[in-house]
Amino acid sequence: MLNIVKSAAQRPNVRGWLSAAAGLAVVATVAASPAAAQETIKVGVLHSLSGTMAISETTLKDTVLFMIDEQNKKGGVLGKKLEAVVVDPASNWPLFAEKARELISKEKVQVVFGCWTSVSRKSVLPVFKELNSILFYPVQYEGEESERNVFYTGAAPNQQAIPAVDYLMSKEGGSVKRWVLAGTDYVYPRTTNRILEAYLKSKGVAEADIMINYTPFGHSDWQTIVSDIKKFGSAGKKTAVVSTINGDANVPFYKELGNQGIKATDIPVVAFSVGEEELAGLDTKPLLGHLAAWNYFQSIKDKGNAEFIKKWQAFTKNPKRTTNDPMEATVIGFNMWVKAVEKAKTTDADKVIAALPGIEAPNLTGGISKMLPNHHITKPVFVGEIRADGQFDVVWKTKGLVPGDAWTDFLPGSKDLDADWVDLKCGNYNKVTKKCGGAS
Amino acid sequence: MRALYDRITALVFALGLLIAVAVPVPSAAGPYEDALAGFTTDDFADTFDAIDAVVASGNPLATPVLEALQDSRLQFSAAEKKVFIKTKDAALLDAATGQPAAGPPPADLENVRLNNRLRGALNGAIGALTLMAPDPARRLSAAQSVFRTRDATVLPAVEKALEAETNARVKKALNEARAAIIVLAEDSSADDKIAAIAVIRERSDQESLALMAGLPANLAPEVRAAATDAVAKIQSNLAIWRTVQNFWYGLSLGSVLLLAAIGLAITFGVMGVINMAHGEMVMLGAYTTYVVQEFIRTRFPELFDYSLAFALPLAFMFAGAVGILIERTVIRYLYGRPLETLLATWGISLVLMQAVRAVFGPTNKEVGNPSWMSGAFDLGGILITYNRMWIIIFTGIVFVALLAMLRYTRLGLEMRAVTQNRQMAAAVGIRTARIDALTFGLGSGIAGIAGVALSQIDNVSPNLGQGYIIDSFMVVVFGGVGNLWGTLVGALTLGIANKFLEPFAGAVLAKIAILVFIILFIQKRPRGMFALKGRAIEA
Amino acid sequence: MLTSRHPLIHLLDRGAVLFLVLLGAFAIAIPVLNLLVPAESGFHVSTYLVSLFGKYVCYGLLALSIDLIWGYVGILSLGHGAFFALGGYAMGMYLMRQIGTRGVYADPILPDFMVFLNWKELPFFWYFFDHFAYAALMVLLVPGLLAFVFGWFAFRSRVTGVYLSIITQALTYALLLAFFRNDFGFGGNNGLTDFKDILGFNVQSEATRNSLFFISCLMLAICFLICRAIVTSKFGKVLVAIRDAESRTRFLGYRVEAYKLFVFTLSACMAGIAGALYVPQVGIINPGEFAPANSIEAVIWVAVGGRGTLTGAVLGAFVVNYAKTYFTSGFLAEYWLFMLGALFIGTTLFMPRGIIGTYNHWRANRAERKDAERDGAPPLASPSAAE
Repeated sequence: MLNIVKSAAQRPNVRGWLSAAAGLAVVATVAASPAAAQETIKVGVLHSLSGTMAISETTLKDTVLFMIDEQNKKGGVLGKKLEAVVVDPASNWPLFAEKARELISKEKVQVVFGCWTSVSRKSVLPVFKELNSILFYPVQYEGEESERNVFYTGAAPNQQAIPAVDYLMSKEGGSVKRWVLAGTDYVYPRTTNRILEAYLKSKGVAEADIMINYTPFGHSDWQTIVSDIKKFGSAGKKTAVVSTINGDANVPFYKELGNQGIKATDIPVVAFSVGEEELAGLDTKPLLGHLAAWNYFQSIKDKGNAEFIKKWQAFTKNPKRTTNDPMEATVIGFNMWVKAVEKAKTTDADKVIAALPGIEAPNLTGGISKMLPNHHITKPVFVGEIRADGQFDVVWKTKGLVPGDAWTDFLPGSKDLDADWVDLKCGNYNKVTKKCGGAS
Repeated sequence: MRALYDRITALVFALGLLIAVAVPVPSAAGPYEDALAGFTTDDFADTFDAIDAVVASGNPLATPVLEALQDSRLQFSAAEKKVFIKTKDAALLDAATGQPAAGPPPADLENVRLNNRLRGALNGAIGALTLMAPDPARRLSAAQSVFRTRDATVLPAVEKALEAETNARVKKALNEARAAIIVLAEDSSADDKIAAIAVIRERSDQESLALMAGLPANLAPEVRAAATDAVAKIQSNLAIWRTVQNFWYGLSLGSVLLLAAIGLAITFGVMGVINMAHGEMVMLGAYTTYVVQEFIRTRFPELFDYSLAFALPLAFMFAGAVGILIERTVIRYLYGRPLETLLATWGISLVLMQAVRAVFGPTNKEVGNPSWMSGAFDLGGILITYNRMWIIIFTGIVFVALLAMLRYTRLGLEMRAVTQNRQMAAAVGIRTARIDALTFGLGSGIAGIAGVALSQIDNVSPNLGQGYIIDSFMVVVFGGVGNLWGTLVGALTLGIANKFLEPFAGAVLAKIAILVFIILFIQKRPRGMFALKGRAIEA
Repeated sequence: MLTSRHPLIHLLDRGAVLFLVLLGAFAIAIPVLNLLVPAESGFHVSTYLVSLFGKYVCYGLLALSIDLIWGYVGILSLGHGAFFALGGYAMGMYLMRQIGTRGVYADPILPDFMVFLNWKELPFFWYFFDHFAYAALMVLLVPGLLAFVFGWFAFRSRVTGVYLSIITQALTYALLLAFFRNDFGFGGNNGLTDFKDILGFNVQSEATRNSLFFISCLMLAICFLICRAIVTSKFGKVLVAIRDAESRTRFLGYRVEAYKLFVFTLSACMAGIAGALYVPQVGIINPGEFAPANSIEAVIWVAVGGRGTLTGAVLGAFVVNYAKTYFTSGFLAEYWLFMLGALFIGTTLFMPRGIIGTYNHWRANRAERKDAERDGAPPLASPSAAE
């Protein structure tokens, strides 16, 4: 070590500390400066703009800004303009909690649209409960949660995973008998796979016909796993892969699938986290026919959808900008919030929370989604096959809209639980003991 | 692409022929015309039945119709209840007659949609229809799809094709297809079945095992014995190949690690600099590939297969230039302070990542595989993907070139001198500052090249470099600083060890085990496997 | 220099006293302004700021622990976040056990994530964590033990410099991967969250937040004193000698390994305490804390504030984290990584001594000039001549 930083031990310095203290004072005053007088309704946007999740979340930030812009063109809400407050939690979970607190208590936002990963939602949950504000969470997730302050506009497992498996088990889907459940090792895949495992067993699938595999985040070397899948799939029964592989790891996974020649006609892969955005980074020709299950596809032919895509592409000044499922969930959530505020005639959290269940808003696929007492919404479920142009071709959809179920019926811990914030005022009511599970 | 092209030319040829000889067109509705109606309902079940019916009709137009369906060129008008074939040059033919469609195209023209089940059925149907095609590649793929579908109704066609076949490879595939049908057929004799099992046993791959596993339970005892025997043989054969395969995967992973780490090894070795922005140099290389490909796609699409050849020198130059810029503006002020360099380069890596995010957006960018890097081929019992194979070869070339450069060029000599003893090198007149800048540029340039290769197997996103930086450090430290051979052995050892652990431990535990192993290994040999003897490496 | 002074004066020079006074004032003022001043007043400090500052204080303690080993012994640990996170997990496990039947599944023993992964019983390493004393012991013991074992191997085999930095990075990376695994029994990616009580007090109440803030300041003061005591003692001189010339110190007969091991372990324990105080204030502990990037960032705090100054490390943690809080909001949000990156580069290039170090240097030079002017004597050799 050539450079030695001198020890301060014997060099007392008052001035250094004074300047430091002055700095701190500035820090304190700047941070504590009261929010500007409220002429607008502030809307918080809590999506990562940097770090690993930026790849997915940046689009949702733009979506909220787009919706606010559209709403302001219509005259805002309750005669006031909406104002977006954007923060960057930087894919850092404790920072999510800090930023949520900042949005609610410092910026005084009336509602927050945000979070992508479950852990970010879990991180901000106590903050929303404590400060009594509203979070709209727009991403498909593992369920097993229903909180008074949170509205879940993404799919619960019964709105994505189970219908997709049903499709594959049907004759049309290829009468799949053998299953690979492959996922990234975190809560969403773990829970979804446990639910699916229980569900498949209830449908008579043997233990030996289910292979479960977990990989770390950002896994990039898929050679072994893809060849394992291939091996598992060549046991004489029709095999499918249910993929809950997260964002970044998908591109190398699909590249390896394509190169090892696993065709959708041999072993179809149905993914729950691969949408138009993820496919934008891929040459989809080798992936023709692999599947994804979502509540929305950009390619769905609907007047509302076409109009939305047109406006969105004009807003982002990018005629090729894709849309995807979490965007649609953000849009539905936003419209529901606007309607609830108009119904309650205030942005007060308690009143809006009370007004939200029962609110209906059109989704972008021609149906009307409804907020349920368990704070989840009704959604249609689509299964799409990947096309050569990076879009999806819908090959199957549910008859009507499926109501979101917070507590799955296929896990022993949660099958007795029910969520109802209208009559029971409880997110985890135990139907057996007739008690609201959590004390809080 | 090639196969598609062949198929299309064959189709155009066939159609031309059809039109030329003016196939007698049945005027009244026959089974073929009835079948076509099934395509107009936009219902998968109807389409499925229609495919069967079209095949059964025996109409000569069946093949072009099904091939058009397979290539999404079969269109229908629900209003007019008519089906059309769109040729490659966008002409519309009436599927019922094979003649150009009369009048303007219907307004509600839409593609007949497919799903996986239909695609599977279609492959089988076309397979059966193309067993006698003139092109051996098509006959081969037809035979292979029959082997997969094992459709008993095709057996006569297979046997007929087998008699006429002259190509050895196709003949073997046909034989296997025939065996697959026979072994599953209810009515074939025990002797036939045993003979068929022998054929499948020779094939000895995963699919043959699958076939054997799917045999019905009610087999004659001697057939059952032959099957059990074959399964054992296939399994032991596969076990050997699996080891080979693990080795190959390890080699492939190792070569990726080597490619990512080798630039780092140079800068670390020569300058003692920990370049935390090394991963971002890899990323810049990958983005260069993206930009080159976009340019080629929009301007010269026919050159797409050569895009990587253009990208390689550009990525080397661009990343190298950025490297030299960083060296001149930041790192040269920090020599002798390796830990500060680490922090400053970390800052640089943050800036570069965010800059790329600002310019290109946070989402993944599509970098395509040229056709010679797509797909795979079988080598014995293992499947070798072209992109992995080329990356291994490419890594080898880079490694040898670098070694030669260090060994035989003046720059290489000076770099080695500076690595071994900076003061002495300066004393004999080597301009160490210049060497430092060039070394850093070289290391960064090689990282850029690595980026071109990695863009073929991984995400092209601002986070690309982050995924490789820690692994690269591990390789360099494990192999020993300042020694390229150490980096080579280090990368391959870690890659292969990882791949042999993965089947037992799973991907995560394998990685953890490797990290723990490196930590322990460094205790044993604090300077890595191949420690360089010299003074300059004292940090 | 003036070695004849009383050891206490040594320990508490003017800078240290000022630091402690300011810290004390801070520790008292913030809770007072939060609890006693009405919310309408311009002097009111919101609860948001209390927990934000509480977080900064914990980061300050982590920075202090890094400065002790990097600034005084020259060990650059790029894995100190691991000790911080382990301390945090120990505390998190205690807090999880306190939830009891208030979890969503109302299981009296098992935390929610175990219920939903269908675990039947508590894994052995979760035993006794319902007792605060045991958890507190683990906060010190787990990071300390890991640091001891790791250091014992590393220092004995004389792994130094960048090699040590890289294997500490490997250590934290391995732990990151391990803790991400759900099978490992620590809640996987979601980590531990939704805490209710600490020692019977509601973690979300304002009183608890202020108490935690105060305790964090207190721990920072105590650890600061411990560090000062070490670096101003004879022991501390040996440490500096090791930093400046390890081999020479060894040849003089000092057992370099033992010195390093002691300080490294102590530093890990401090980082563990910082993590333990951090968790109840931010409300979550997750494997993300093990990320190598976090550890590197903590080193940056020390570099910015001034390496080898102790007070500088704490200041650096405050400044960088405040900048992060400030720049990640509003229209700057998309550019803050540029700022952070520029800060790292700028500090290392233009202010290698950090804020406090640069200031000390400037003062020392000025004092010498004054001395020289007054006495007409030639200035003393600058202490920084050690470069």
